[in-house]
Order: sequence, then C-alpha cells, then structure tokens
Amino acid sequence: MPKDQLDRLQLKLLKILARRVYDSSPFYHERMREAGMTPQDIRTLADVTKLPFMTKKDLRDGYPDKLFMRDRSELIRYHASSGTTGKPTIVGYTRNDVENWSESLARALTSIGLGKEDVIQVSNTYGLFSGGLGFHYAAEKIGAVVVPASTGNTERQLELIRDLEVTAIAATPSYLMYMGEVAEKMGIDIRRDTKLRSGLLGAEPWSDRMRDRIYETMGVRGFNCFGASELSGPMFLECAEQDGIHFWGDLALVEIIDPDSGEPLGPGQKGEMVVTMLQKEAFPMVRYRMGDITSIMEEPCPCGRAHPRLTRIQGRVDDMIIIRGINVFPSQVEHALMQHRELGNEFQIVVDRKDHMDSMLVRVELRPEAFTDDIVELNELREYISSRLKGVLNVSAKVELVQSGTLPRFEGKAKRVVDRREY
Amino acid sequence: MSDIGKYRIKQLSIFSENRPSRLGAVAKVLRDGKINILGFSIAEGAGYGVIRVLVDRPEEARDLLTKEGFVVKFTDVLAIQMEDRPGGLFDLTDQMKDINIEYGYGYRSPPYAVLIIRVEDIDKSIEKLIAGGLHLLDNVAFH
Repeated sequence: MPKDQLDRLQLKLLKILARRVYDSSPFYHERMREAGMTPQDIRTLADVTKLPFMTKKDLRDGYPDKLFMRDRSELIRYHASSGTTGKPTIVGYTRNDVENWSESLARALTSIGLGKEDVIQVSNTYGLFSGGLGFHYAAEKIGAVVVPASTGNTERQLELIRDLEVTAIAATPSYLMYMGEVAEKMGIDIRRDTKLRSGLLGAEPWSDRMRDRIYETMGVRGFNCFGASELSGPMFLECAEQDGIHFWGDLALVEIIDPDSGEPLGPGQKGEMVVTMLQKEAFPMVRYRMGDITSIMEEPCPCGRAHPRLTRIQGRVDDMIIIRGINVFPSQVEHALMQHRELGNEFQIVVDRKDHMDSMLVRVELRPEAFTDDIVELNELREYISSRLKGVLNVSAKVELVQSGTLPRFEGKAKRVVDRREY
Repeated sequence: MSDIGKYRIKQLSIFSENRPSRLGAVAKVLRDGKINILGFSIAEGAGYGVIRVLVDRPEEARDLLTKEGFVVKFTDVLAIQMEDRPGGLFDLTDQMKDINIEYGYGYRSPPYAVLIIRVEDIDKSIEKLIAGGLHLLDNVAFH
C-alpha cells in the first residue's frame, strides 16, 4: 500500500476510533472532555496529538477491567502482565482483537518468507504471558505447523527441532542462545542436523552483536520482534531486510515524543514511543506511552513496504527491567520487601547474565534488630523473601541480606538497578 | 541456682557481608580499642557470615563496633575447660550427650584447652554439665 493511501486509511480509522472511545469509554470520554476536545477535532492525521495520552498507570488504576468498553459476553480472552506494583495489568480481547493480533503477527511472519511449508516452534511461555499464544495463533494463520513447546525441557525441545524439521523458532534471544549450548552438549549441530534457520526473537533487550553471534554459532537468522501485552502481545517484526521493525499502519499509529515535554518528534529523532491501536475494541489504547525509547526511520525500507519502521529499542524512560522476558519494576520489588519488618528501606537489584540466562539478585538491608546469631533463622528469612518475590514478580530472584547502612543512599531519584548484562 | 548466671559468657555476634576485608575491619576496631580477642569463629550463611568473638571487654567492644556501623548482638555461650591432650574432647562428650549444641568451637589456652558451645536451654545445660563434673569457666575468667 503506497504511503498516501496508508495515511488516508489511518486518518479514517483514527476518526472512527476517536468516535468509538468518546461514545463507549467513560474513562476516555472524560479524558477528552478534560482536554476540551470532541471526535470532530480529528481532521488530519496530525490532529492525533490533540488526543490525551494514556499511561501504564491508567491501566493499573483500571484494574481489573474498569477500562473495558465491551461487555464480558463480547470478550473471549484475558492476558495479564506484571504491573508496577503488586497487581498485574489485565488486558482483554474481543474476537476481533484476537483476530487483528494474529493478523498482525501473521503478516510479519509472511514478511520474512515463512509460510505453510514451515514448522514453527513456539518456545515462548504459554499462559498469561501473551508471547506463547500470540505466536501460536499467527503461525497457525499462515498455515505453518506449530510446535507449542513453551519453555523448559530444553533437550526435548532440541530433539523436536531436529526430528520435526522445525524451520523457525519463536523465543527470547537468551533462551535461543542457551538452546545452542545445550545442543552442542547433546552433539546436535543446529546448522548441519536441523532445518532451523529463522529466530523470531524478542521480549527482552538484545543487540545486533547478539544477532551476529546467534548466526555464527547456529546459522539461525534472528529477527527482532516487538510487542507488549497492552497492544495485544507480540505483533511486529523486522522484514527480511532485518533493518527496523515494521509497524502495520492500519493497526497501529506510532508517534515518537519528547518524554519530558510530550511534544512530537520528527523522523530520525530519538524519543518515547507512543502507540494508538486503531482497531482495538475491548478497551481504549489511545496514545499509550510505551516507555520505550526508539526512533522512526526516515528512509523507505528496501522491501517496499510503506509501513513505518522503528529502530531497535534503545532504552526505557522509566526504570523497568526485563528479566527472562518478564517485566520487572523496582517498585514491585520494593512493595514486596516492605511487607517484611525485618528489612530496612534500602535495596538494590543486580541483574546479570550467565550462560545466556538472566539472573536477578535483590540485595536488601537487614534491620539491626532483626539480626540474630542463628544462621538457620536468617537463611529461612532469606528464602522466605525470595519465594515471596517470585510470587509477585513471576521470576525467581536470589536475596542477599546486607548490613544495615551499607547500600547506597540517594538524594534524588534512587538508582535501584545495577544491570551487568552484556547484550 | 542464683550464681549459675556467672557461667554465661557474653559472645559478640557480628553480622558480616561477604565483602573483602570485613574481618580486617572488625579486627581493626578491636585493636584500636585495645580489646583482646580470646576466642573466635566465622560462620558462613548465604551471601553473608556471622563473626563470633569472645573478648576481654564485651560491652566496650560492642559499643565500639556499633559506633563503626557494625550490627552486633550478644549471645550467651558456655566455656568448658578441657585437657590439652589426645582424648581431651572425648572426655567431655559423655557428660554432654543430653545437651543440644547449636554450634561450637574450640581454642587452646595453655595449659588447658577450651570448648565454646552455644546451647538450646542454657540454664538447664549449666546444671547438667556441672552435675556431670565438668569445669565451666565463669565470666570473671573471661572479662
């Protein structure tokens, strides 16, 4: 679809969306009223900036389903992602939402040349996390054979890749790297013994260097995938050019803004990604601030698609960290730690990567009163906190008790995270 | 009954992270305070340790360490004198068989040797040990 045609379609969809959320979302209606606008104010595509922003906080405050604008009878699915405090963010889907989500990712799979002759192993977690089912539906939609492997039992996963002649895998880049090592130990040469050639990789930060390494060691071409449960799940992918992620313009309208002023930035300028889901039905997803730092690429993609291309995510505006594909906010950790009166107020999260596996260590100060000569008791406390964290974060964390007064103190914004990973 | 309290020896338990030269830091505070270390052990937790020290002036040592930011607790332990020869420890064990020892360590203090133990029920243990004829050191001998 040529650029001008895409623009016209986007404008049309944006007008319909503004009307839809104004009429059926009390939450967003109120936002628009506060902003002193009505759906009629959307006359050009640039008018999108008149619409008020939405943030993660809105979703959190709307827990579980206050933002939904469709009846339960019209919903067919829930997914959940970790929120910034104890509570998860719930996303709901109508049948059309699931359909558009599958369509989006199916198109992406087609854009890298996958089709019905392919066998796609989905090694993303199935469940509340949208990664597994997202790829599952998309792969089915293009007529590929799906191997719903989910995560874990890596040796069996590798046997399946070899025996079922899997051609593409959806996974986190670190899990694929790990698989490569296990394969080597098992005596499986992925290049020689398997037909695996494409990796649909995302859900955590990674780099071109890692992409090169995956190709060198396994002969697998890694394609960068973007998604978030708020948008539906994994949705967008690089095309065969492997240079920038295409955002389907009929499904999503992407803007880049200055995270401080909220003002729009031009092509090529780095800023915060803001996404409007043009066809989302279950709840409004209008000018949602993703918190990811990226830029829109100016030059048209050599593949010929006019859909905007975004560069690799270059950071976050907040302090969210992604560990083994799971979003973790330091505030969640804080929330969980504060439940224990044995612990002080200071803590530090140390993230590292060993053998391609992310690890998280939470260092927290033990209150002097809680110190005991009984090591068994202290170890029990440590393990109890660790299990509580796992319950809240869905990712395991080691806990280290440190001496009161030894963690760094901050006058301004606390820097709780030490990320030692090399991507 | 009333004077068995004197067999409670005040041990300093110091919380210590697994960081380089934590032991050195503790030792320096004690040296600067001219406090003599009589017995000593390090216990390994997970990612941290507990330094256990017997000193000649426990209150002073605690205050000095606390002032330097250390987290310190007193723990009452028992000190049993034993013969400094092969079988010295074995001689005690028969009288100690009913006592639940949480941890222990020993050191030589010529002409004797000393076994330090932390027990579950300290008063009952003192009575049993004395009744068994063992020689407990009192805190005057220490402090």
